[in-house]
Amino acid sequence: MATEAHAEGATGYIIHHLTSLTVGEGFWALNLDTLFFSAVLGGLFVWFFKMAAEKATAGVPGLIQNFVEMLIEFVDTQVKDSFHGKNKLIAPLALTIFCWVFLWNFMDLFPVDILPLIGSMMGIEYLRVVPSTDLNATFAMSISVFCLIIFYSIKVKGPWGFAKELMFQPFGPWLLPFNLLLKLVEEIAKPISLALRLFGNLYAGELIFILIALLPWYIQPVLSFPWAVFHILIITLQAFIFMVLTIVYLSMAHEDH
Amino acid sequence: MSINATLIGQMITFALLVWFTMKYIWPPLFDSLEERKKKIADGLAAAEKGQEQMHLAEKKAKGVLKEAKEQSSEIVNLAQKRANELVEASKDTAKKEGERLLQVAKAQIEQEKQQAKESLRKEVSALALLAAEQVLSAEIDKTKHQDILSKISNQLG
Repeated sequence: MATEAHAEGATGYIIHHLTSLTVGEGFWALNLDTLFFSAVLGGLFVWFFKMAAEKATAGVPGLIQNFVEMLIEFVDTQVKDSFHGKNKLIAPLALTIFCWVFLWNFMDLFPVDILPLIGSMMGIEYLRVVPSTDLNATFAMSISVFCLIIFYSIKVKGPWGFAKELMFQPFGPWLLPFNLLLKLVEEIAKPISLALRLFGNLYAGELIFILIALLPWYIQPVLSFPWAVFHILIITLQAFIFMVLTIVYLSMAHEDH
Repeated sequence: MSINATLIGQMITFALLVWFTMKYIWPPLFDSLEERKKKIADGLAAAEKGQEQMHLAEKKAKGVLKEAKEQSSEIVNLAQKRANELVEASKDTAKKEGERLLQVAKAQIEQEKQQAKESLRKEVSALALLAAEQVLSAEIDKTKHQDILSKISNQLG
């Protein structure tokens, strides 16, 4: 990729923007920018909520507590709507996913050149600031969710119950191989669709910002402003979708047929 | 853009975040929410109870007021009656007193009349005696007619 990035003109600009800051080679390479920004954003989320949690009172809430409680209630409503079992993990998990993904996506609203420019001043050549445009980030989250789905499926239904569900549904024991194939595809589609949906939306959004940035300066605001407004909707919606689907998948894992 | 070890790093970060949220963020915030919900519910229940009690108290007050009114009108009636009685009684006594006074006055008048009569009679008899003396002094010897004179004097007295 490094040679491509030095290409001239529009292509070079786009490729430059979509290249991660990487150390290492092959599989063991690390995308430092993704790791750094998602950790910082995660820290921001945790710091903000921890601050609110420490000051939390049952009396009259302050401004921060109000805001945080709004999110908590929102997530709690979503969880209660689709999940009827008892699980202490799901609501905090949903909250974390929603806030973290939202913050990832929010990085998209920074003008595309600002952070890479600051980076280049500090000697950093490549910088991708939106973690959700990195497949590693979205897949890390969806694979974690997938592991939880498998874990709770086995925990709730028992190993044999889960195996039975994989083998005998939806068409009964006579079509066992077909059932198994169908179920496996269904299960594996869950993390893949979760990760790719988020990645695709944000990648496309970021790409359009980059393309707008290539246009003459007097056209840019006319296009980037409406796209950014529209994007506010998209980033929230994508975070919401990821959260709700996680809750739905986990509640499906808890349901015994 | 390919999948690499970043995936593992991200998974670790994610797990840490979820763990931290589950342990330190969700419970206190959620508890404070629940507690406030309970507080509000309690407050509402208390308010309702208070209202009910107020209604009860209002009813009771009305009852007490009605009773008091009844009692007061009774008292007024009684007082009126008593006053009437008193008036009647005082009228009676006044009448009696007046009558008594009248009687006393009448008696006094009678007495004075008697006294006047007596004194008058005495004066008249004295005058008559004087006149008779004058008349008789010329003709009659006092000592000679002593019997007759004293008889007349007795008759007059």
